[in-house]
Amino acid sequence: MTTDTAKTGRAPAAGDPTAIAVTGLHKAFGDLEVLKGIDFTVRRGEVVCVIGPSGSGKSTLLRCVNLLEEPTSGTVVVAGTEVTDPDVDIDRVRRRIGMVFQSFNLFPHLTALENLTIAQQRVLRRDKAEAERIARANLARVGLSDKERSYPAQLSGGQQQRVAIARALSMDPELMLFDEPTSALDPELVGDVLAVMRSLADEGMTMLVVTHEMSFAREVADRVVFMDGGVIVEEGPPDRVVGAPQHERTRTFLARVLDPAAAEVGEVADAGPEGKRVDR
Amino acid sequence: MPLTKRQRTRVVRGSQYALLVLVVIVVALVADWGRLQRAFFDVGIVADLFPEVLTTALVNTVLYTLLGFGFGLVAGLLLALMRLSSVPPYRWIAVTYIEFFRGVPALLVFIALGFGVPLAFEMALDQYVTVMLSLGLVGAAYMAETIRAGIRAVPKGQTEAARSLGMSHGRAMLSIVIPQAFRIVLPPLTNELILLTKDSSLVYLLGLSLGQYELANFGRDALNEYKSLTPILVAGLLYLVITLPLGHLVRRLEARTAKAR
Ligand SMILES: Nc1ncnc2c1ncn2[C@@H]1O[C@H](COP(=O)(O)OP(=O)(O)OP(=O)(O)O)[C@@H](O)[C@H]1O
Ligand SMILES: [Mg+2]
Repeated sequence: MTTDTAKTGRAPAAGDPTAIAVTGLHKAFGDLEVLKGIDFTVRRGEVVCVIGPSGSGKSTLLRCVNLLEEPTSGTVVVAGTEVTDPDVDIDRVRRRIGMVFQSFNLFPHLTALENLTIAQQRVLRRDKAEAERIARANLARVGLSDKERSYPAQLSGGQQQRVAIARALSMDPELMLFDEPTSALDPELVGDVLAVMRSLADEGMTMLVVTHEMSFAREVADRVVFMDGGVIVEEGPPDRVVGAPQHERTRTFLARVLDPAAAEVGEVADAGPEGKRVDR
Repeated sequence: MPLTKRQRTRVVRGSQYALLVLVVIVVALVADWGRLQRAFFDVGIVADLFPEVLTTALVNTVLYTLLGFGFGLVAGLLLALMRLSSVPPYRWIAVTYIEFFRGVPALLVFIALGFGVPLAFEMALDQYVTVMLSLGLVGAAYMAETIRAGIRAVPKGQTEAARSLGMSHGRAMLSIVIPQAFRIVLPPLTNELILLTKDSSLVYLLGLSLGQYELANFGRDALNEYKSLTPILVAGLLYLVITLPLGHLVRRLEARTAKAR
């Protein structure tokens, strides 16, 4: 395991400040080119929010980072491991990358606690007692200690999403990917989930977050990336990208997200963030 | 005088009852009750049938059904996974198998295994193996399709969540997808068990020895002995003892699944 660190997915020298490095990333589904050359990096401990209209390729970008989608070309390096290398053991890489989905994707046949222990036991080979100890600690972290015996169907959307975050945390990930974690939630449940994410950010977790929550992006993100049509249109500190966008496309998008009523008539062809489909 | 809607309903309902009562009276007068009772429910014969009809026939029916179901379930799961494989030859083999065994009569499979194999290969299969294969080979084809549908009904997000936690494809299937698929297919699989219980009567073709008789064979044998339909009726009722509760179970499982959605 120690002979070839790049391929076994072990952490490189602790000094490496880069968590994610994406270079020349292209992704096409058949004839549909979704990502048209993406370059960006996320440093350790950094919180980067990705914003952009529906269909701009945000989810696809996120899913290329942990190889749920196979990039057509380009390289993705996660914590020193090139995940696009065909020889890489992808299962080893993925266990270091936490992923939180829009539709939670909790395992409905398992209790909250079992949702947190199954991969610890089956993948990390932790024994049951240790897995449960870590699981309980993470349920406490998201404020759901009293729900360990509940099945997902017995939990509210916000609670399910917090369990999903705790599930990812139980694998001790080096970084976390969030794909619109609050988009499927009733408005009054959004706050609890964002609070958990905020505390994670405060603890120094590296986070790549696709979101439409502009206040979260402004207050928590170190950097905001605006995507449209499969390319990064602009990126920078939230004050600049959200506060004073340089590009017309960014301005149009923000105007619509921040005040949906002001959406211009000419833009209705684009479904916009409120027209989202929720994959369940 | 035109009738109101309510009056008309009452007249129609009344005449339906009248017809029923008439038919019952006619049948009661015409039928030879003594003879019917002797033919269908001769208490003496019923008493004679016990306890063997339970200890041998019912037990064997259950045993054969479970043998066939167990084999069919394992083979069906394997076929379902082959059918969903990314390796084309596995898919072809599974499709061919499923289409073949769903398309031919179960009777033919029994004949092939019970008589064809021993003659052609000059070897006698163990009786229980013959029963297990005859019932299981056909059952597997149906169960494979059921299980495949169940696996496909598990949302893709489940696999993605499992894989993103570092599980391999096989582990994700085993720990996450298949358990959920089985919950989905529990009602149709229970239905399959009902069908197999009834199909187990085909075993009677195989010419088994007395101790291996199941319900149909037992009834048939007793029919010759007593010249009465009573044993057949008893056998039929005992099938119902198995199939009715299972049918009830299917409906409860279906209701539970419907509620979970
Ligand atoms: N598996 C797939 N097969 C074919 N096309 C796909 C697939 N996944 C995504 N696409 C297409 O790629 C484009 C970008 O999708 P993606 O989900 O990355 O957008 P997004 O920015 O996340 O949008 P949203 O805000 O609606 O989630 C869309 O046109 C989508 O239809
Ligand atoms: Mg998306």
